[in-house]
Amino acid sequence: MDEIITLDYGSGGKKTSELIDNLIVKNLSNSALSALGDGAVLQGAEKLVFSTDSFVVSPCFFPGGDIGKLSVCGTVNDVAMSGGIPKYLSLSFIIEEGFATGDLEKIILSIKKTAEKAGVSVVTGDTKVVERGRGDGIYINTAGIGFLAHNNLSPKNIREGDKIIISGTAGDHGTAVMLAREKNLVESEILSDCTPLAALSQELYPLGENLRVLRDPTRGGVATTLCEFVEGTELTVELYERDIPVRDDVSAACEILGLDPLYCACEGKLLCVVSPESAAEALSIMRSTEEGRNAAIIGEITASRPGRVLVHGELGTRIAAKLTGALLPRIC
Amino acid sequence: MSLENFNPAEILSEISRMGLPQLNLMEVCGTHTMAIAKSGLRSSLPENVKLLSGPGCPVCVTPSGVIDEILALAMRSDVIIATYGDMIKVPGSVHGKSLASVRALGARVEVVYSPLDAVALAEKNKGDEVVFLGAGFETTAPGTAAAIGAAKDGGITNFSVLSMLKTVEPALRALIAQEDFAVSGFLCPGHVATVIGANAFSFLAEEYNIPCVVGGFEPREILDAVYRLLLQIKSGKARLENAYPNAVRAEGNPLARKIMEKYLTPRTDVWRGLGEIPMSGLCLREEYSDFDAERKFAITYKNTEDTGACRCGDVICGRLSPHECPMFGKACTPENPVGPCMVSGEGACAAMYKYM
Repeated sequence: MDEIITLDYGSGGKKTSELIDNLIVKNLSNSALSALGDGAVLQGAEKLVFSTDSFVVSPCFFPGGDIGKLSVCGTVNDVAMSGGIPKYLSLSFIIEEGFATGDLEKIILSIKKTAEKAGVSVVTGDTKVVERGRGDGIYINTAGIGFLAHNNLSPKNIREGDKIIISGTAGDHGTAVMLAREKNLVESEILSDCTPLAALSQELYPLGENLRVLRDPTRGGVATTLCEFVEGTELTVELYERDIPVRDDVSAACEILGLDPLYCACEGKLLCVVSPESAAEALSIMRSTEEGRNAAIIGEITASRPGRVLVHGELGTRIAAKLTGALLPRIC
Repeated sequence: MSLENFNPAEILSEISRMGLPQLNLMEVCGTHTMAIAKSGLRSSLPENVKLLSGPGCPVCVTPSGVIDEILALAMRSDVIIATYGDMIKVPGSVHGKSLASVRALGARVEVVYSPLDAVALAEKNKGDEVVFLGAGFETTAPGTAAAIGAAKDGGITNFSVLSMLKTVEPALRALIAQEDFAVSGFLCPGHVATVIGANAFSFLAEEYNIPCVVGGFEPREILDAVYRLLLQIKSGKARLENAYPNAVRAEGNPLARKIMEKYLTPRTDVWRGLGEIPMSGLCLREEYSDFDAERKFAITYKNTEDTGACRCGDVICGRLSPHECPMFGKACTPENPVGPCMVSGEGACAAMYKYM
């Protein structure tokens, strides 16, 4: 392999095969992928969950992760939030000419590691190379298939009295990526929380109908996700600011960057709404996992201000609206 | 009073028992605007105490005529605009036209967090002209001045500053001089005071008999400052208090002021809502005119009267609460802002839209 990716690697010819064999199949091999067909023939289930997501994060390596890890987590988590146990992934690269082959390999190794952790196999994919200046290093698209394990997760199930739980600290990913772009601004050790949530979700599915909805608060953060839950309904989300876990350094960095941690993306956290009877059990299930060790009940569902998210702070109450027109650069 | 032992609930109930008449307090700092909205304090204060946002958001007080010139500059193929993020979505006199929209058409617009980043950008792009949009008050003026110094010392000739810098005192005086001025106390800007010193606000008490307290930005610090203002109002004796002594000294930061004075000098400037105010802006000194974008690109500002249904000018002067503007939340939202108060993260309308 050359040291950089050139247009030849996207030609569909010999160089393309070289890239596929030496980097992709070598690292991600399984029977479906190694067959190198136009599509993969898979063992199925009666009901499937199918999701796709594209990743354009800049910079593509950031503290706590990289675009490869993110491209697995993002899709796997979407499948898991829909009640599916993720099984298969497709993986497509759009690479800008001149991208370092070593960096591509790092990204692929990161995909391998994350896919193993999430229990998914990469079974089909594609690679395109675009001229220099026509892309920003590398873009990735993944699609994921999962077997349905909980068939009724929806904001429609939310009832007055339900509790809201977050699996850990809010805003880590968005803040880490913003700081990675502004290296001169502050010294920080904030890592992206990017991680697969498949295992944690599977622990929660047995709660059955007491588990109303799961959602990973990515772009728009916790506040926007909760707004979507109650928008246009008779229900209200009431949050208690002191109960929402936010790392001190994330909170400080957000001050400097002019951000609000409640609106910063998470890539390894889930929000769940559970029935009041199941709240304690859900919390203890989450806290017994690695990804959910900092889980906390952050609020409840009432009907005090229909359609709104209220945040109770030390001095008073404010409304949290959906994220609007933020200047966030590409974070996922 | 130690804020450690400060009980917000007690203070709030004390405030409602003070028996004060209907009154307005005003802050004049965008960070206060946002921090107050975010704290939810307005929901806990009794109805007779109203918190207004004054001309404290640098983007909001910039007239649309200036934005028009910036947009024209941005469209030049040899120009890279370097700006704080707040400026990106501010519309000029043509609705919907902003740095964001011209960027989508190919204009080069870079968001920076520090004026020195703009100097570095110029160094990296020697064939282009980098223009830093120097908006802000005394808080950002020293940094802008330092960037001019860095460019001068580094021999970086493709860097210039379009100065929209303004100073707080002349604006406060102009505001007080308005016929319908009805503010009983000022929550003075903690950040600006770190540079110009708490004492720079004593004229409010001494010349106008208006209570003034320099306040911090944490919810408790804001409540503490509000409480101190109300105590002064109740006592009938106006004075200057520094409720943010951890950050603000009476004399401010002489070093920062020295840098400012070396590179910048006062000039008469136009504020949205307040109009022309003598000696209220800062421009580059004659000897640094090579770094003055107005000179370099022969910019003159045209009609800066802001007309139309947008009431940002009234909001900035505290005559109107954001939600009283007929466009608030309807024709004017953060996604599709008509006036600057809805754009800036520090704007009164954006703060109210987001948090209330």
